Amino acid sequence: MTYFADVAALARKDILLELRSRDTLPAMLLFVVSALVVFHFSLPSEASATASTGLLWIALLFTALLGLGRAFTAEREQRVLDGLVLAPCDRSAIWLAKCLGVLVFLGVAEAVALPAYGLFFEPVGWELVAAILLANLGLAAVGTLLAAMAAASRARELLLPLLFLPLVIPVVVGGVGATVVDDPGRYLGFLALYDLIFAILSWASFEYVVVE
Amino acid sequence: MSLSNNRAVLLAAAASMLLVAGLALALFWAPEDADQGFSQRIFYIHVPIALTAYACFGWGAWKALRLLWTRESRYDLESYTAVHMGLIFGILTLVTGSIWAKISWGVWWTWSERQLTLFLVLFLFYCAYFMLRFSVEPGPRRANLSAVYALFGVALIPVSFLAIRLAENFIHPVVFTRDGPQMSGSMFVVFCVCLAAMLALFASLYTNELTGKRLDARLRELREALE
Repeated sequence: MTYFADVAALARKDILLELRSRDTLPAMLLFVVSALVVFHFSLPSEASATASTGLLWIALLFTALLGLGRAFTAEREQRVLDGLVLAPCDRSAIWLAKCLGVLVFLGVAEAVALPAYGLFFEPVGWELVAAILLANLGLAAVGTLLAAMAAASRARELLLPLLFLPLVIPVVVGGVGATVVDDPGRYLGFLALYDLIFAILSWASFEYVVVE
Repeated sequence: MSLSNNRAVLLAAAASMLLVAGLALALFWAPEDADQGFSQRIFYIHVPIALTAYACFGWGAWKALRLLWTRESRYDLESYTAVHMGLIFGILTLVTGSIWAKISWGVWWTWSERQLTLFLVLFLFYCAYFMLRFSVEPGPRRANLSAVYALFGVALIPVSFLAIRLAENFIHPVVFTRDGPQMSGSMFVVFCVCLAAMLALFASLYTNELTGKRLDARLRELREALE
C-alpha cells in the first residue's frame, strides 16, 4: 500500500507544482488550438473528413511531445531527481506518478482540443474519444520513460522527438484506424495491446534509466 | 588471443565461402520463377538480409538484457555492436527491397510493402538509438539507457508489424504463410544457403568489429594511464 501512497504523493507534487507555476499546461492548450487553426489553412477546401482526423492525431502527438519535453525540467534543474532516487521508495513509483501527471495534462489539453476540433472540422464520435483515451495511456507510458532518457542526455529537447516518434507510430495507426473504419473494435484492441506491452516494459525498465 | 583470432579467420572464411556458394546457386541453379522471371532471384539476397537484420536486433537486445541483469559492462559494447550491424543490414534491406519494388511494380517505394515499411520504422528507431548514445557521456548511465532503448526495439518490431498489417492492403507476394514456405524444394535449399551466408557474414563482422572496439577501449585506457 505504501507504493500507491508514494505514487499519490509524487503525482500530487507534480500537479501542485503545475497549478502554482502554470508553466506547461497553458502552453499545451494554446499550442493545440493554434495547431488546429494552422491545419485548417493547410487543408485544401475539397479535402475529405478523414484528412482532418489524421491532422487531429498529429496535433495531439505534438501537444503530448510539448508537455513531455517539460516533464523532467524541474527534476533536472533543481536536482530533484537525485533526491527522489535516494528516497526509500520504489523507483518505478516515480515513473508511475509522472505518468499520471502527464495523463492529467494530456486529458485537459484534449478536453479543449476535441470541442475545438468539433467546432472547426467534424463532429466528434465515441470512437474518437475511446481511441484518444486508450492512446493517452500509451503516449504517457512511453513518453515519460523517453523524457527521462532525454533529460539524462546532452541534447535533451532535441532528442525527445527523435526517440518518441518512431515508437508511437503504432499508436497513430490504431488511433486513426479506429476513427476512420466502420468497425473500430480491432483498432481499439490493438491500442489496448500497445498500452499493455509498453506500460509493463516502461514500468520495469525505468529504474535503469534513473540509476547508474 | 590466438584462439579468438582463429575463430575470426574461420568465421570470415565460412562467410565468404557461403556467400559465393549462395550467390552462385541463386543465380545459376535455382529455378526461374514463373511469374517474375529472373528478377525474382533478388529474393535470395533481400530476404536473408532482412532476417539477419532481425537477428542482429534480437542479439543486441539479448545482450542488453544481460547487461541490465548482470551489470557487467562488457555487454554494453556487445549490444551496441550488434545494433550497429543490424542498422547496416537494415539499410541493405531497404535498398534491395527498393530495387525489387522498382523491378516488380515499377516504383522505388510502395507503402503497401509491409516489410519495407517496417524496416523504415526500424531504421528511424535505431538511428535515434545512435543519437541517444552519442549524446550521453560514456559510462554506466549510457550503457543502461542504450540497453533499455534496445529492449524497446524488439518489442516494437512485432507491434509495428501488426500495426502496418492493420493499416494496409496487400499486394506483396507472400512467400511464407502459416502452411510453411510456399516455394519448391530447390528454391528452399538455395534460400537456406543464402540465409546461412548472411548470418555467417553478420557473425564475422560482429566479431571483427567487437575486437576492434575492445582494442580501441584498451588503447584509450593505456593512454590515460600514461598521461
